[in-house]
Amino acid sequence: MIMKKENVSFEKAMLRLEEIVKQMENGEVNLDKSLELFEEGSGLIKYISNILDKTEQKITILSKGEGDAPVESEFAFKED
Amino acid sequence: MTVSEVNTYLKAAMDSDPILTDIFIRGEISNYKFHTSGHHYMTLKDEAAAISAVLFKFDALRLKFRIENGMSVIAHGRISVFPRSGQYQLYINEIVPDGIGALALAFEQIKERLAKEGLFDPERKKPLPKYPKKIAVVTSPTGAAVRDIIRILNRRFPYTDVVVCPVSVQGESAPKEISEMIDYVDRNDLADIIITGRGGGSIEDLWAFNDEGVAMAISRAKTPVVSAVGHEPDFTIADFVADMRAPTPSAAAEMAVPDVLELRSALAHMSVRMTTVLLGRVSYMRQRISAIAEKRIFKNPAAYVQEKRTEVTFYEQRILAAIKEKTALQKRNFVKLLSSLDAMNPYKVLMRGYSIASSESGDIIRSANDIQNGDILNLKFASGTAKCKVIERGLE
Repeated sequence: MIMKKENVSFEKAMLRLEEIVKQMENGEVNLDKSLELFEEGSGLIKYISNILDKTEQKITILSKGEGDAPVESEFAFKED
Repeated sequence: MTVSEVNTYLKAAMDSDPILTDIFIRGEISNYKFHTSGHHYMTLKDEAAAISAVLFKFDALRLKFRIENGMSVIAHGRISVFPRSGQYQLYINEIVPDGIGALALAFEQIKERLAKEGLFDPERKKPLPKYPKKIAVVTSPTGAAVRDIIRILNRRFPYTDVVVCPVSVQGESAPKEISEMIDYVDRNDLADIIITGRGGGSIEDLWAFNDEGVAMAISRAKTPVVSAVGHEPDFTIADFVADMRAPTPSAAAEMAVPDVLELRSALAHMSVRMTTVLLGRVSYMRQRISAIAEKRIFKNPAAYVQEKRTEVTFYEQRILAAIKEKTALQKRNFVKLLSSLDAMNPYKVLMRGYSIASSESGDIIRSANDIQNGDILNLKFASGTAKCKVIERGLE
């Protein structure tokens, strides 16, 4: 699957977080490891929330530039 | 009249006949042939009769469906004679399926063909990424569809960027524009998901999304494609080929991204779950600790020590008593031993009036056989000694 770079880390962060919660709930890790996972999980939640808080949606319209290269410019919806 | 003259006369008569020059004929197709020249040849027949017919390449361009033998059609055109053979035939300029609409028929035909080619196979469908960073919307930039999609993407998941990829969604050029745009977006890797579609309309309005070229473009795209055409009941070929079919453009936007509110609450929930697990662990540890602390040494150490001290004292006393007993026993034995030793003491015997005789060399004499007359003996009394000479030994 093709994904933009930032997206990989977001998706990876989500996957890792889900894995951590499952692992903790499994109860097969000792207390030290639980604490370690908790720390990591909390960090990921913070990281993800931060991305969600800070990202502003960009809406662009595509046109073809020189040499058929894609050019994106700001899009404002106009009804015809 | 010559044969040529007859045929020419007939042709002129037929070509000026108001009925023959503008006629609709209902019939069933048989002997259908598609010639490499691009012309279509067939026979129209009913239960009792048949007529030859031809559809020339130029008129066939408007054909929306594929002609097949056995199909009931209504053909429009003119009837004229071919002078060279004298055979008359129907020159079709328009042909439509009888009963079912031409487009509806074409739709079924395309669907069947692409299904056979495996374009709708479920295993071809690519999964959509859960958290797309960017979505390309291939549609009219001025239609309601793009407006709805942007509004919903913005409301649900502002994390995802949107690029509008403008195309015509109806009219002659629409299929080509749409398929080229899908190829272009895919080739340039512009997005994680492509949504293509338009708002509702008649079957003619939606026709571009039944185009085979569009279907092929959707099918070959490496980027997952969501189709979003018309209203709920409208199904297009694009819907069958797409990796996911959305009943409306708005629904496509809903399917393409998670809801940020749900995501946030899922995050909060995961945080709670982790905390719960950890607290559980801690309270389990606490229970174990208090179970240990319940033991008396931790609960009341002084009493414990006192108890242990009493125990120690008890053992101490027992040990001492044992030693004492043992010592007393040994003492008694010792006294006994001493007194028996005392009894053996030779000097005690001497005290009772006995004496000990020994030879000059110091050996104690126990028998008269050990001595000779004239031997010198030493006598030891309880007190003092005497040197004596044996005058006569008396043997027993």
